[in-house]
Amino acid sequence: MTADTLLERITDYANRPNPYPLYAELRAAGVARQTDGSYLLGTYHDIVALLHDPRISADPRSRSVPRGDRSEEGLHLPFLRLDDPEHHRLRTLAMRPFGPPHSPGRVDAMRGEIARITEELLEALQGRKQIDVVDDFAYPLPVTVICRLLGVPREDEPLFRAWSDVIVDSADVRPGEATERVRAGQQAHAEMGQYLVDLAERRRGQPTGDMLSAFINEPDPAGQRLTGEELAVTAVLLLIAGHETTVNLITNGVLTLLRHPDQLDRLRREPDLLPRAVEELLRYEPPVHMRERFPLADVDVAGTTIPKGTPMVLVLASANRDPKRFRDPDRFDPARPDNEHVGFGSGIHLCYGAPLARVEAQIALRALIPRLGTARLVQDPPPYRRNAMLRGPRHLPIEF
Amino acid sequence: MRIVVDLTRCQGYAQCVFLAPEVFELHGEDALLYDPAVPDDQLDRVRQAAAACPVQAILVGEEVSAGAR
Amino acid sequence: MPGDLREGRIVIIGASLAGLRAAETLREEGFTGPLTMVGDEPHPPYDRPPLSKQVLLGKASASATELPTRRDPEAQWRLGVRATGLDPVGKRVLLADGDSLPYDRLLIATGTRARPWPNPEEAALDGVFTLRTSDDADGLAERLAAGPRRVLVIGAGFTGSEIASACRERGIEVTVAERGPAPLVGALGGTLAKLAAGLQRAHGVDLRCGVTVTALHGNGRFTGADLSDGSHIDADVCVVAMGAVRNTEWLADSGLAAGARGVACDAGCRAFNMYGIVTDDIFVAGDAARFPHPLFEYQMLSLEHWGNAVAQAEVAAHNMVNPGPLRRPHLAVPVFWSSQFGLNIKSVGVPTFSDQVVIAQGSLDERRLVMVYGYRGRVTAAVTVNMAKWLEYYERLIETAAPFPPAPGAADRATAAAVPVPSDVPDPKVLSHGPTVALTGYLPDRRLTMVRPV
Ligand SMILES: Cc1cc2nc3c(=O)[nH]c(=O)nc-3n(C[C@H](O)[C@H](O)[C@H](O)COP(=O)(O)OP(=O)(O)OC[C@H]3O[C@@H](n4cnc5c(N)ncnc54)[C@H](O)[C@@H]3O)c2cc1C
Ligand code: HEM
Ligand code: SF4
Repeated sequence: MTADTLLERITDYANRPNPYPLYAELRAAGVARQTDGSYLLGTYHDIVALLHDPRISADPRSRSVPRGDRSEEGLHLPFLRLDDPEHHRLRTLAMRPFGPPHSPGRVDAMRGEIARITEELLEALQGRKQIDVVDDFAYPLPVTVICRLLGVPREDEPLFRAWSDVIVDSADVRPGEATERVRAGQQAHAEMGQYLVDLAERRRGQPTGDMLSAFINEPDPAGQRLTGEELAVTAVLLLIAGHETTVNLITNGVLTLLRHPDQLDRLRREPDLLPRAVEELLRYEPPVHMRERFPLADVDVAGTTIPKGTPMVLVLASANRDPKRFRDPDRFDPARPDNEHVGFGSGIHLCYGAPLARVEAQIALRALIPRLGTARLVQDPPPYRRNAMLRGPRHLPIEF
Repeated sequence: MRIVVDLTRCQGYAQCVFLAPEVFELHGEDALLYDPAVPDDQLDRVRQAAAACPVQAILVGEEVSAGAR
Repeated sequence: MPGDLREGRIVIIGASLAGLRAAETLREEGFTGPLTMVGDEPHPPYDRPPLSKQVLLGKASASATELPTRRDPEAQWRLGVRATGLDPVGKRVLLADGDSLPYDRLLIATGTRARPWPNPEEAALDGVFTLRTSDDADGLAERLAAGPRRVLVIGAGFTGSEIASACRERGIEVTVAERGPAPLVGALGGTLAKLAAGLQRAHGVDLRCGVTVTALHGNGRFTGADLSDGSHIDADVCVVAMGAVRNTEWLADSGLAAGARGVACDAGCRAFNMYGIVTDDIFVAGDAARFPHPLFEYQMLSLEHWGNAVAQAEVAAHNMVNPGPLRRPHLAVPVFWSSQFGLNIKSVGVPTFSDQVVIAQGSLDERRLVMVYGYRGRVTAAVTVNMAKWLEYYERLIETAAPFPPAPGAADRATAAAVPVPSDVPDPKVLSHGPTVALTGYLPDRRLTMVRPV
């Protein structure tokens, strides 16, 4: 087969359990132009270079041929999909209640609470012979955490999960026409945004210590506050990003460790390795497999000129397996030195929530590892979620 | 334990500040400051920070002093 | 053959950053012979950049900046002993305590020291400091903690500016006297120097440019100084930040090409002798070295950069234990950082090697920008202010000799500012502070003789 159908094959659901051979094909092809005109890139050095190239836009409005209708144009976009200087302004505002320089201790202070939630979830599973790692643990943990952090009632989960599913589906990378998906995504986005703004409004003047309270009550001396629309898109972004990704990291962690009993054993003996093991998971089985970008000028990548405005799909998960950067890249090695993976991206869009995701995954796996001694996978490979960009198991049944 | 950050490589991602806020600090929006002498009770956090640094700029190690006499 | 090089005696003179990283690399590369580290400071290797930042801010103690090691270098340490001479024929280093050390291969990593105030009596006044060593920093930090009425900083290079920044952050009044037209102008050129001047004044620094300090006063204790414009500054502390002097005097009779600009070496870190013949058993790394760089027309660079000391030490060590064909060149693009007044300033390439600059991203008003430097139509350097995440893009432009001004397209490139202007890098002689990157050939826009290999 030729490289111009790679995106089709990668996004083909049949290949979800193991896209890695396709990524190897992509790296061998270098820059792979697809039949729909987009470009697929998969080597570590190209991808890192592009993520640091100021001529590469994350803004879908930079696309010369818009996806679906042109309705994206008038939209308020979250900073995930904006370029500097707007990106910087909004990310900085969103960072104020979450991280340094204004709130450096916020995530660190959540460790105790995350550990408590973890223990509660695990206690409820006591005595069960079989569990679904996704539904019973890896999903509820980050959802509960992000709800408390933002100030969203946990009981509303079914409500925002439905919106989130539609939005995430609309943002998936797939070849071909997307009008219908894009329209549905916009509808869900508007509803979810309104829901979150309503929650924030209820906290105006009565802050409850969460981030929605902080956003709505931030004093505004010099344009330091999000407008209503900015608050809506930012809160939607945080709620979705905060719970659609970490679930995959924890689930992939369990899956990978059960596939590598020697490494599971090693982590049981050397728990200090856990932080590095989590980084290795982010390299080896990253929750986010690809991101889309658009050049603002014609750019040369590895000898190919990619014309201005052409969609480029950067396959982060392929970069993470590039043998030109990582020795023995298909080996899961929790003690891997020099692990500069791109599981959280790189450059200005590097994941905003990465520290939270790391703390969650470390606490979750630290608590799980001692209990995985007798566990075994019921189904390998497990059933995957449909999404190719946010790739992870839909269920992960294990037996004790 | 001592640390040194290769600020030539550091790109100001602040992952270390989130994970070990008593040792690392952002000075302004982009400049990193840190305490080179890590207190014992921060060692765990500093190891997490070193593992998390996207450009692997943090070196954690023993100082030479013991052998340098 | 390769086996041989992993044995034998290696001596490293200078037990600081470059010396330590070289020692570790030697062991990592399989060197098994005896290794001796000689340093004239009594302390084991420590890190200097925090001395003008965390330490002066009172956030870390000067004695706490010892460098962590990647691995035990398994060396014999001779600390507190100065090397006084070198006999390259007998292959021995002479030490101040009368001892002499035989070597098979030698690494020179003696770095630099602070340029002292020229009048020794004035320099000896209590309250007059330079800032290079941890002992210097310890003494200065103690004075700052005591709450002086005013600090006088002589020289507005990176170190002087960082000291001024620390003083202001601690609420201490500070006067900065600089002979050049603005702070940092020697390193970064006119446009960013204006930004730096504005920044200092906005933070309450009493900045005096275009003046020199003519005399320091005091009766045992420093009390003030006279400036060339006739004014007088009352202060209790004076920091002389007039750049650095290379520690090469001990090599004066060695026959090596060692002088005020450092010890000349080839791209593989092998020292030249005074006839320009390369040695094969003496290597140089770090601030003490002066080396040719192909990206800058093979001019001899002398850098005072932390990252250069590390990279060059690793190359030197590799080449000390590997035979010719396996040796590596030291080609790293120079990178430097400084943090002052809450800003993170990073530079890549050699900003002084330029005739024009352009703001490629961001803006001066926001104090968030990328300034790109060009020389005769190609990119030679870039400086980021609070935009370090973009630096590596510009590093690649420099490495590939990309055309200047850089291709348009950056989302945050203001069209109004995207017009190249002269880089305004003055002749280093008019500055109080030595530029951090010294092109030891001629400044390129003077159009004097340049060797152009190939
Ligand atoms: C206050 C300060 C702030 C700095 N900030 C930055 C910064 O922000 N960014 C940056 O990139 N760089 C910075 N630097 C520069 C950086 O610290 C140096 O580039 C680095 O220390 C060079 O290392 P080196 O080992 O080559 O030389 P040095 O660190 O100078 O070490 C040389 C050692 O050799 C010893 N020695 C000298 N002569 C002899 C002899 N004859 N016998 C025995 N021993 C001898 C010296 O005493 C010294 O210990 C700063 C430096 C200082 C002083
Ligand atoms: C393991 C879990 C996670 C992974 C693998 C992950 C991965 C990523 C990646 C790859 C990007 C870069 C996108 C791009 O460059 O286009 C990103 C951005 C982002 N992530 Fe995460 N993420 C995770 C968890 C989180 C969490 C918990 C949050 C919120 C609390 C979050 C919020 C964000 C936001 C807001 C952005 C946009 C940043 C920007 O554009 O500046 N993520 N994430
Ligand atoms: S995590 Fe690494 S890159 Fe980020 S600020 Fe810390 S040291 Fe710098």
